[in-house]
Amino acid sequence: MRTEDLIASLSADLKPLARHAVAGRLALGVGMGGALALVLLLFWLGLRPDIAPAAASSMFWMKLAFTFSVALAALVVVERLARPGAGIGRFWWCVAAPVLIVAMMGAAQLSMAPAGARGAMWLGQSAAQCPVRIVALATPVYVGLVWAFRRLAPTRLRLAGFGAGIMAGAVGATVYALYCTEDAAAFLATWYTLGILASGAIGALFGPRQLRW
Amino acid sequence: MLRGLDGDAGAHRELLGHLATLLRGFYARRMGREAVDLEDLVQETLVAVHTRRMTFRRDQLLTPWVYAMARYKLIDHQRRGRHRVTEPIEAAYDVAEADATEAATAGADLDRLMAALPAKQRDAIRFVKVQGLSVAEAALRSGQSESAIKVGIHRGLKVLMARVRGGSIDAD
Repeated sequence: MRTEDLIASLSADLKPLARHAVAGRLALGVGMGGALALVLLLFWLGLRPDIAPAAASSMFWMKLAFTFSVALAALVVVERLARPGAGIGRFWWCVAAPVLIVAMMGAAQLSMAPAGARGAMWLGQSAAQCPVRIVALATPVYVGLVWAFRRLAPTRLRLAGFGAGIMAGAVGATVYALYCTEDAAAFLATWYTLGILASGAIGALFGPRQLRW
Repeated sequence: MLRGLDGDAGAHRELLGHLATLLRGFYARRMGREAVDLEDLVQETLVAVHTRRMTFRRDQLLTPWVYAMARYKLIDHQRRGRHRVTEPIEAAYDVAEADATEAATAGADLDRLMAALPAKQRDAIRFVKVQGLSVAEAALRSGQSESAIKVGIHRGLKVLMARVRGGSIDAD
């Protein structure tokens, strides 16, 4: 095909584009993936049985605020990774900041707890299941992001995969927080973070293959 | 670019034409002006610029964005090509087209095919068709006469073609 013909056919049916189209498309992918993760949670684990009284506790909202702010910061990073020639650098700190804050809160809680209770507080009832479930709930969100990336242009695929994995993990963790009954900040800082990081690692592993264009 | 984003087809068309020239220069500097797949890459990048134009921010400079895409496409292209021909081998393309053999395996197949030829014919084809020397240079290097080189190429290619059509690369 001659290049002139190609150009003519490309400009034939041109539609105007919205200004924040990239963030919009990513949000759409995450939204659909997140909705799917919520459905998955309802059929698989259900909501925590004490959801109504828990909604009055500050720790319930703390958990959601933690995972949601990680997801929001990751959206900023992923949006930049999706655009050729956009640097990220310091934006990773926005993703790490909520983790650091919760880790400090956890350390403070642990130091105030009696020495014998610290281990139980840190491990809670579900330390072993928590990261695995977060990764499972992150999967539909990651798929939604891969779909969103099909019209975007990441040039560093492994990094983009990692960012998408972190974001999917954070959304998965947000959904999981509707089931999880753990209340210690140290638990959150360790096991939630581990699940989100594992999701990021899986994203980095598959990114180069799935995000190619 | 901005008018194109707003849906102005004429402006978009003008932009893509302009970028085609820009990209041709970009790839020519990196791959050599005669690279066989230069125009393919230009077209591929133009399609990417078009379908992924939402990743352009209005307050951004145009060329860094385009070049970032072009660089990505070049790296991707080279990565794909690593298992393929590493030099521009005309003979390999001839062979590949004659049998619709995938270009991906042409380089390796050519070596195996050529191993079956007499040394003089093999040298003649390697120097002229693979390395791109002139007949005179090939004659000098292999110690054969110019007409011997020409005949060697002709006969050698004929044997290669026959073998490829027969589909028996290993039948020596």
